[in-house]
Amino acid sequence: MGFPVDRLWLIPLLPLLAAGAGALTPRRGRTFAAGVAIAAMTGALLLSGRALAAALVDPAAHRYHNFTWFDVGTAPLRLGWLLDPLGAVMLVMVALVGLLIFVFSLGYMREDPNGARFFCFLSLFAGAMLGLVVANSLLLLFICWELVGLASYLLIGFWFHRPEAAAAAKKAFLVTRIGDLALLLGMVWLYHASGTLLFYDGDAGCLAPPVLAALAGHSVAGGLLLSTAIGLLLFAGAVGKSGQFPLHVWLPDAMEGPTPVSALIHAATMVAAGVFLVARVYPLMAADLAVAGVPLHALTVVAVVGAITALLGALVAVAQNDLKRVLAFSTISQLGYMMLALGVGAWTAAIFHLLAHAYFKALLFLGAGSVIHAAHHEQDIRRLGGLAPRMKLTFATFAVGMMALAGVPFLFSGYWSKEAILHAALVWPVSAVPLGAGLAAVLLTAFYMTRLTAEVFFGPPRTDHAGGARESPAVMTVPLIVLAVFATGLGFLGTPAWPWLQSMLTGERLESRPLVEHAGLTALSVLLVGIGLGAGWWLYGRRPRASQAARDPLAVAVPRIWAALAGRLGVDEIYAATVGRLTRMAATWADGLDRWIWDGVVRSVAALGRFAGLLGQQADEDGLNAGFDGASGHLRETGRAYSRTQTGEARSYLLVLAAGFAALVLWLSWGGGR
Amino acid sequence: MSPLAICLLISCGLFGVGLAGALCRGNAILVLLGIELMLNAANLNFVAFWRFGPSPSTATGVVFVLFGIAVAAAEAAVGLALVIALYRHQRSVRLAEAVRLRG
Amino acid sequence: MNPPLWLSLLIFVPWVGATVVAALPPRMSRGVSLALSLSTLALGLACYAVGPGIQEGFEWMPALHIRYHLALDGLSLLLVLLTGVIGPMSLLASWAVERQGRQFRSLFLVLQGSAVGVFVAQDFFLWFIFWELSLVPAFFLIRMWGGPGAGRAAYQFVIYTLGGSAFMLAGFAAVYAATGTMDFAALQTLPPGTLAARLGPALATAAFAGVFLGLAVKVPLFPFHTWLPAAYAEAPVGVSMFLTGVMAKMGVYGFFRILWPLFPDQLHAASGVLLWLALAGVLVGAFAALAQTDLKRMLAYSSLNHVNTCLLALFAVTAFRGPAGPPAAGAAAAALDGALLQMFNHGLSAAALFFFVGVLEARRDGRRGLDDFGGLRAAAPVFAGLCGIAMFSALGLPGLNGFVSEFLILRGVFGLAPAMAALSCLGLLVTAVFLLTFYQRVFHGPRRPADPPFPDLSFREIATVGMAVVLMAVLGVLPHPLLHLVNGLATLWAGPLGWLPAPVS
Repeated sequence: MGFPVDRLWLIPLLPLLAAGAGALTPRRGRTFAAGVAIAAMTGALLLSGRALAAALVDPAAHRYHNFTWFDVGTAPLRLGWLLDPLGAVMLVMVALVGLLIFVFSLGYMREDPNGARFFCFLSLFAGAMLGLVVANSLLLLFICWELVGLASYLLIGFWFHRPEAAAAAKKAFLVTRIGDLALLLGMVWLYHASGTLLFYDGDAGCLAPPVLAALAGHSVAGGLLLSTAIGLLLFAGAVGKSGQFPLHVWLPDAMEGPTPVSALIHAATMVAAGVFLVARVYPLMAADLAVAGVPLHALTVVAVVGAITALLGALVAVAQNDLKRVLAFSTISQLGYMMLALGVGAWTAAIFHLLAHAYFKALLFLGAGSVIHAAHHEQDIRRLGGLAPRMKLTFATFAVGMMALAGVPFLFSGYWSKEAILHAALVWPVSAVPLGAGLAAVLLTAFYMTRLTAEVFFGPPRTDHAGGARESPAVMTVPLIVLAVFATGLGFLGTPAWPWLQSMLTGERLESRPLVEHAGLTALSVLLVGIGLGAGWWLYGRRPRASQAARDPLAVAVPRIWAALAGRLGVDEIYAATVGRLTRMAATWADGLDRWIWDGVVRSVAALGRFAGLLGQQADEDGLNAGFDGASGHLRETGRAYSRTQTGEARSYLLVLAAGFAALVLWLSWGGGR
Repeated sequence: MSPLAICLLISCGLFGVGLAGALCRGNAILVLLGIELMLNAANLNFVAFWRFGPSPSTATGVVFVLFGIAVAAAEAAVGLALVIALYRHQRSVRLAEAVRLRG
Repeated sequence: MNPPLWLSLLIFVPWVGATVVAALPPRMSRGVSLALSLSTLALGLACYAVGPGIQEGFEWMPALHIRYHLALDGLSLLLVLLTGVIGPMSLLASWAVERQGRQFRSLFLVLQGSAVGVFVAQDFFLWFIFWELSLVPAFFLIRMWGGPGAGRAAYQFVIYTLGGSAFMLAGFAAVYAATGTMDFAALQTLPPGTLAARLGPALATAAFAGVFLGLAVKVPLFPFHTWLPAAYAEAPVGVSMFLTGVMAKMGVYGFFRILWPLFPDQLHAASGVLLWLALAGVLVGAFAALAQTDLKRMLAYSSLNHVNTCLLALFAVTAFRGPAGPPAAGAAAAALDGALLQMFNHGLSAAALFFFVGVLEARRDGRRGLDDFGGLRAAAPVFAGLCGIAMFSALGLPGLNGFVSEFLILRGVFGLAPAMAALSCLGLLVTAVFLLTFYQRVFHGPRRPADPPFPDLSFREIATVGMAVVLMAVLGVLPHPLLHLVNGLATLWAGPLGWLPAPVS
């Protein structure tokens, strides 16, 4: 079943068209906008399925279609579409999760007056995200990358009348933009160094071995290879987008957006774009591994940042009381896992985890959305409770998601993908830090998810909102069920015994290995999951919280640590005290420079000019003008004297004339003038 | 007395009458008349000097006089126009009242 | 094909129109002036259809070797089209001007014609006439229809610019004395080094400095910009739009058309310093905008930031001292393409943003502080949406026009002066900070209960910015139709890198 690559743009185009239609729909046309959006997503899903089937025919091939965007100088700037298994599985995942969340939103956003706008933004996001995964050019990828950022901004700030949502939207855009600018620089550098931004273009694409060899053959400052430097800049973009430490601060705040948005953008797809980017340019990131004596490998940084993020996210998630914030920090932690996997060289494991995480985290967020919807937008876990009997379907699917995230062995996808990552970390020769962080995060994940589930679903309902909750309508529960199926079933596509996904992604037929590859590691991780679940149950499930005012058992036990974790380790405060203050200072300084210094210079030049003018004026008035005034005064007097002889009577003039004539005659006749 | 002297005496008288008229009359038209008289006195002189001069055969004197008459006619036209303008301006032609040019 | 008189019509239709408008009854002045103003766009599009390369001219003052010489190459056409878009937009934005409306529109048409003249004149004498003539209407437009501080701002603007022009005139007098011609084309074909040889190096440098000063004030290049915030803030909205959209481009145009071709060696020598100045302009503009609470002043500094980005690209090219070759030439072509395209893109976005601030001002009795608004998106969704598009265009969001030029500039500057490119990224970031802060404070948040109702954009207001907003979206996806106008020139100019003779167009 073939799929023409030069028609690949149809897939992102469908949702984009739906977005355009949604933008032009008046406010009351909510049903129309939603219908168009869902129809477009269905179409995109079908096309994505065909694309995946086409990619599976020859998994090793990168099929691409390049075209010229415009000419710069004598060289064309080319963009392109790419179809390979990596892009294809992402396509299907984005389209499927997107479609389910669109459907869920029908129920969740039923009462919102701006529903048409909501589906417009969602479609915009879906279109950009689909474009991102099929881009064969870093530039095209970046364009889509920024557009998903825009959609994220718009959707986080969807309830813009709430100041927190507006601030969160701005924060998300700006923090990710820091990374984006690094990515832009890296891209520009790559373009300058290699002359192309196409990933695959025969031997000329920037991921082609000759180009990579050239990039890894140069060194820039400090012995760093050119490819390392570019790779790190690109990774900085991924750090911003995927909420990696230290640019993770925007992701928890992004939970101000509607819950379907959190599920789609800030859990399943957009935040994974960073992981996807690193996987996409993996040959470039790994190019420096082949060179000996390099001070720093790009992937080492990736692994370390991933490990820190995995641990940090899991730690902070333990002490959050907001249902969505717990899930947000969990997302950060899981994205850290993926980065860690990329860093230690297991990019297929990273993508495996990305896919698995997309399904189960979307499931968890939608479950949370169902809870929030039922509980009248109450999302503080201390004010919920007792929902298990009231919302059985939601509870069951949420539990599936929770176990998949916690990595409960054998049945759930999260276990298999996490196991693959830990195994790769174990064999990584550089450092044991990623493995340690990964294992610690396994324990913490199981623990905080148990805490979350117990607080929300068990015990007595602690407010009227929780007590009055009813199961959500089918339009919301059916997506939950579908996602739950995927959250379990997907794991079996990538087990060591049948590494179908890995084979497909790499394009090589991988050997089947025993299900338990390294018994010690597996035992340890299963044990840690058990401890985490057990501890969570011991602290929160055995004796559920009785009232909303009751203090958390851990807060009682270790108040200082708890306070630090609940305060997100103060990263936001550190930023406010450093970057924020520095920016404000620079702004004040720049403004002052203008107002006082430059304007002062201009004013003093003007004052100098005015002084010279005054001098000149004095000289004029006292010297020249006085002389002229005097002379003209005399002239005026003389004129006045003469004018007195002008009587105005014609006869007197005539008389004078006659007298003069007579005098002349007399003078002549007396011989005058001779 | 030679005929020339007689002619000159007549023209002298004519000129005197014209000058006196121009100087003494208050009416602008009469002043114009006086001026005409003075002009004609001059014309008479031309004719007399030509008739009793060295070469009466050439017509020089008559030509001068014809020019003089033509100029006098033009002058009278301009003068009368001025008088009419003056009248329009001040509703009289008395020169004593026309003193606007006084400095 | 060389259509007769089109270029003269470009200039003289608005000029003659100005007298017509002044003579017409006041109530007709709006429509007639708008129609006359649209003539620039119509003729510009006609020229676009014919293609660049149109010329016309005759000996004007043969004794002084002064020609009436107009020509339209890609760069000129780009800016004529920009004027054609911004002019009618500004007039529509000034629709509400009641007091002495005829004079306002008449003066505006004079301004528009002069601006077009600057972009098509090919003889310095002629060019300078247009250049100076544009100041006169601008002065009166700011002074008579501006805000409370308009008197001082207008004087500052005119004195500052005139002062710069005086130096420029002196510089050109030296050039004329040395070469005996003022025709740009003739000057460009002089063999390299002629000026320095005939004038002596010191005088040649002085002439360069004079011309540079005149242009730098107009752009304005940091630190010659202190007239800018006051003038932009105090001018009436339509005039602010034209000032930033078109008149700021006159200076940048001068850099490309006059300074670089005539003084390549001097510019090359000075570019090391100028590059830093342009970078300082980028950063100070962005940071100073962040500190403003007056929205118009904020946009004024944002304009400073953007035009300095254009100059950053130019100076990166002229300062380049590395080896010539395809990589450098490619980077230089990208930088120049980006700078030229950025002129157009910034014109669109800045004019649109000034218009939106004008709308805010008109709806709130002249208040335009950052804190005077709140929650307007609920009351005026169309307004918020269009303003959002303009804002994202200004901060360089991909998919909109600003990104293409900023990417090209960054790509080019990075290839020539990597550190500058990296530092200028900071400017991009801060631009995003203040624009998003503006959007958040004005449009987001709760509605203020005490505020009077805020009507959404009227049909006329939508028509005002409609074309600009559509262009932003279209050019973001398909920049080729505009870019190919200047790409040939950019390629040509980027050719003689490393440091060879003057670019010849």
